[in-house]
Amino acid sequence: MLKKRDDFEDILEERRHSSDLRYALKCYTPVLYKGLSPCRASELKSMVLQSDQLQYVINQVSKEMGRTAEEVQAEASTILDEMAHRLQISTVRFFAFTLSKIFKTLFRSICVNEEGIQRLQQAIHEHPVILLPSHRSYMDFLLMSYVLYTYDLSVPVIAAGMDFMGMKIVGEMLRMSGAFFIRRSFGGDKLYWAVFSEYVQIMVKSGFAPVEFFLEGTRSRTAKSLTPKLGLLNIVIDPFLKGEVFDISLVPVSISYERVLEEALYARELLGVPKPKESTSGLFKARKVLSEDYGSIHIYFGQPVSVRALAEGKVNRCQFNLTPRHIPRKPGEEIQSFVNDLAYRLVRSQEENMVLTPWVLLAFLLLQNQAVGNERGMSLDELTEQAAWVRDLSRQFGAFLHWPESLCAGGGDKQDVLLFFCSPLESEMPHSAMTSEEELLNRAVIILSCASYRNQALHLFIRPALLAVAIQAASSNKKQEVYNSFSFLWNMFSNEFILCPGAAVQDFEEACYLLVKSGALQISQQEILVSGRGHRTLAFLANILDPFLEGYQVRKCKFPIEGAVELS
Amino acid sequence: CKHRSHISKYIFVVSWYMIFNLTELLLFHRQEIMKWNGWGYNDSKFIYNKNGQAEFTGKRYRLSGMIIPGLRDWMESTFGATVQHKTPATPVLNTSAVQPPTLNEAFVEGIKSTGIPFSHDPEDRVFRSHGHCLHEIFPLREGKVGRVPDMVVWPKCHNDVVKTVELACKHNVCLIPFGGGTSVSSALECPPEETRSIVSLDTSQMNRVLWIDEKNLTAHVEAGIIGQDLERLLNESGYCTGHEPDSMEFSSLGGWVATRASGMKKNIYGNIEDLVVHIKMVTPRGVIEKSCQGPRMSTGPDVHHFILGSEGTLGVVTEVTMKIRPVPEYQKYGSVVFPNFEQGVACLREVARQRCAPASIRLMDNEQFQFGHALKPQVSSIFTSFLDGLKKFYITKFKGFDPSRLCVATLLFEGDREKVLQHEKQVYDIAAKFGGLAAGEDNGQRGYMLTFVIAYLRDLGMDYFVIGESFETSVPWDRVLDICRNVKARIVQECKDRGVQFQPLSTCRVTQTYDAGACVYFYFAFNYRGLSDPLHVYAQVEHAAREEILANGGSLSHHHGVGKLRKEWMRETVSDVGLGMLKSVKDYVDPNNIFGNRNLL
Repeated sequence: MLKKRDDFEDILEERRHSSDLRYALKCYTPVLYKGLSPCRASELKSMVLQSDQLQYVINQVSKEMGRTAEEVQAEASTILDEMAHRLQISTVRFFAFTLSKIFKTLFRSICVNEEGIQRLQQAIHEHPVILLPSHRSYMDFLLMSYVLYTYDLSVPVIAAGMDFMGMKIVGEMLRMSGAFFIRRSFGGDKLYWAVFSEYVQIMVKSGFAPVEFFLEGTRSRTAKSLTPKLGLLNIVIDPFLKGEVFDISLVPVSISYERVLEEALYARELLGVPKPKESTSGLFKARKVLSEDYGSIHIYFGQPVSVRALAEGKVNRCQFNLTPRHIPRKPGEEIQSFVNDLAYRLVRSQEENMVLTPWVLLAFLLLQNQAVGNERGMSLDELTEQAAWVRDLSRQFGAFLHWPESLCAGGGDKQDVLLFFCSPLESEMPHSAMTSEEELLNRAVIILSCASYRNQALHLFIRPALLAVAIQAASSNKKQEVYNSFSFLWNMFSNEFILCPGAAVQDFEEACYLLVKSGALQISQQEILVSGRGHRTLAFLANILDPFLEGYQVRKCKFPIEGAVELS
Repeated sequence: CKHRSHISKYIFVVSWYMIFNLTELLLFHRQEIMKWNGWGYNDSKFIYNKNGQAEFTGKRYRLSGMIIPGLRDWMESTFGATVQHKTPATPVLNTSAVQPPTLNEAFVEGIKSTGIPFSHDPEDRVFRSHGHCLHEIFPLREGKVGRVPDMVVWPKCHNDVVKTVELACKHNVCLIPFGGGTSVSSALECPPEETRSIVSLDTSQMNRVLWIDEKNLTAHVEAGIIGQDLERLLNESGYCTGHEPDSMEFSSLGGWVATRASGMKKNIYGNIEDLVVHIKMVTPRGVIEKSCQGPRMSTGPDVHHFILGSEGTLGVVTEVTMKIRPVPEYQKYGSVVFPNFEQGVACLREVARQRCAPASIRLMDNEQFQFGHALKPQVSSIFTSFLDGLKKFYITKFKGFDPSRLCVATLLFEGDREKVLQHEKQVYDIAAKFGGLAAGEDNGQRGYMLTFVIAYLRDLGMDYFVIGESFETSVPWDRVLDICRNVKARIVQECKDRGVQFQPLSTCRVTQTYDAGACVYFYFAFNYRGLSDPLHVYAQVEHAAREEILANGGSLSHHHGVGKLRKEWMRETVSDVGLGMLKSVKDYVDPNNIFGNRNLL
């Protein structure tokens, strides 16, 4: 399970030693897609408006609504104006300069796996590329473009929410650095959908630039990966399924923050405080964040995924043979399930390459300690001992740990643990003169912040944890019984965690494998037995799910076992 | 080649660079003038001469006896195929490698009593045991012979065929009709699971033009006639069929009918299904034919369409009435250079839209353009080479065409002089709208010559570790560019994935235009040095390429047919019900599977 992962390189290191201005003005000659027919951003617009796809929908809409085709065409043009990016290199250079300044104040380092960059470069040359970063912060897309510019790769065009467009100047600046804006919801609007999908597809097909969007659709406020949204993924792989490009490379990117900028905001949002509207003045007011330390960022560019290779044997591309390809159709069941599997697979690979800091693991321990009602916290010795234990367990589960050298030696340096323990919470420490209501709110904020750190590593433990609870809940240690209760939990939590649809059996096998490997379980043909030292592991794992089980109010009841699958 | 006028009105030479040797093909033992383990005539082949230059031997073709200076470099740079690494073919068939025939004595006696010539000589049998797929020729070059027919019979007329089929039914032997032997679908391969005696029914002796009807412009012809002979005989009376498949030097009329063949000049004359007026076929159930020669009928499904494309599974086509046309007064080649393939396809599409396609219009991609260039024979004068240089300068420097992207369309116009010139102008005007520049008659001519010599070139390749093949499809217009790109890329990727050490040649051309689509040809070859089982790798790549064609909306075949090579895809191609229909026809016509080549179904 120990995965081979690339080494990191800190890109801020060079920025601290050489001129930002020279960097922003450097010679920039990115590798281009080999099949690229060069065109300017402005030409994309006329390509979209003249495309068969859009013309078809324009005619359809004009017939349905009783409007002239010219009117509808004009509306399409307006939609496109509102949506389209105006990528230009000068703005990218401006951002490169200012972001260098800002990043240096905010972060200690921005670490990137250079081998991933090389793979990406190769992929960009070979096929149209879709970049799929995880989404934890507004910083994500700025960081992505910044990193790609730094490594002399094509800066991407980015699907961004309309919210940003409200920001004066900044919205336009983002547009000029490659962002294109889409409405949050446009369910029934055929014309909008047609303009949007055609715009994205033309960029994919022409290989204009890598297209970037967030599979999770929105920033995860809890640091737990959100179940993927399929709309854009459907759109970008459509050109492959219809044979308009030979292949498409999907590149999952994992961006791990030691501390996200929006940390406190998220916790408050979760408690019901409304999200501040994106505005330039708001951004200006938020400049106080500049004085704080947000630690390091790790950006891991995953292995490019070939849509062609994955679709082999799963999607019959002949289904597009009998109708003109420009007539829009709802994807059939086969394609839906393929895209769904693909999306989960990609989110999982984002999760797998998330870098976890010691503090994330400590958050597990502290929250579990707090949950048993231990108001006084735990002794440092105890915490240190447990931290080392969790570290070893998580390594066995294949965690991508960033464990500073000084913390490595077993019982280790207590001071270090303490530092990691305190620093993120410091700013949240309650001040003296507060009403009890405020104090309660602050306390909740701390717990929620802590939980969001814990959530960063949930993906690592989720399958074994489901198994641990299933073992506790099952009426016997028969494998089939355990699987039945596992399957119940798995189904129940299928929207809570990233559990690939239909993969309950695989997930069960994976959990069994991990727990056998770590010595917690012994599994025979029919039975699952907990080993002597396994109790501690299982208890820890089961505790992880406690808050979720409570949330779903299933703690006390017996899981109904029905519709269970026979294990082969 | 400057003398167009040599094309006389009455003796119209179909493909002017061929010199016909009609009588030779009347021989029973075709292997005496044709290669037994390669393409075409024994005396015609590409070799590297004493000076290490490529040369085409013999006297039959315009290219014969010429030096081709660019070919060796092209072979080396395209495939990494150098003269040091040689894989020569076994020169003579070792007859002891041929399995002794399994004869059905009663059948042999029966044939003897009819007086129909027959043979069980190993060379005769081996020659009729294969078509020209790579996997058929490659083992022969190594002297390996698989299952071959046990006996060859040469019926001389329709009645001989009736007798032969009756005897075959009576004594339960398997009949495999053999026309020109140019199949590229494994159609002639003897099914290994066949336990009965296999008899190859060679139609070559049925090669007479029985009558010409000038009032109706039809000719009644025996189906064994070879394409070039048919054309020559009709030319003598001032007529032609205009049906010129690339294999016309060797393929037979009956074979065209049995595979739904397509000719280069189908834009004027039509494909084989448009050309036939009447067909006579001998089946185990009896003879099938229509009662009249009405030009079109509404009499239920056209029974001709059970015959066309039946690939020898239902019976033997013995006589065909075909449309004929007066030999055209004037013929002119032409060519157009486009800045890129996309523009070229757009131009062909527009030509098809306006329904003004010349007799032939073909678009080669860049790789094929370069290949065509490598096949340019040595120029005789400094002036010509200077002119060539000037042309190249004009196109690449003055017009800004990228030599690694440009592509060429070759054209052939036919008809009366005035109309040809008018037509030519119309087509060049359309081409100009797509950035096309007229590039002269020579380039056009050379393009068509390539068609006839490319099969010879494969033999040269095989002498130096290079194996390759072509395959075709038909596809709607909006898919043409996509299918070309994807299939070519798939071939390259599959070669890489399967351990081919050298970059493969993966190229295509659009060879026919229709109202609703086009015919696309792919050429694929690679250097197999370092591979332990090159044929298997080759088969896998071709299989993947066909899958890719189907996934991109292409057909299983435009004119090569299905044979045994592509029959695994028949069900998805024609649906369950469609396959059932074909099966029920087979079951009715040939319940004992006398025509047991197992093609198609």
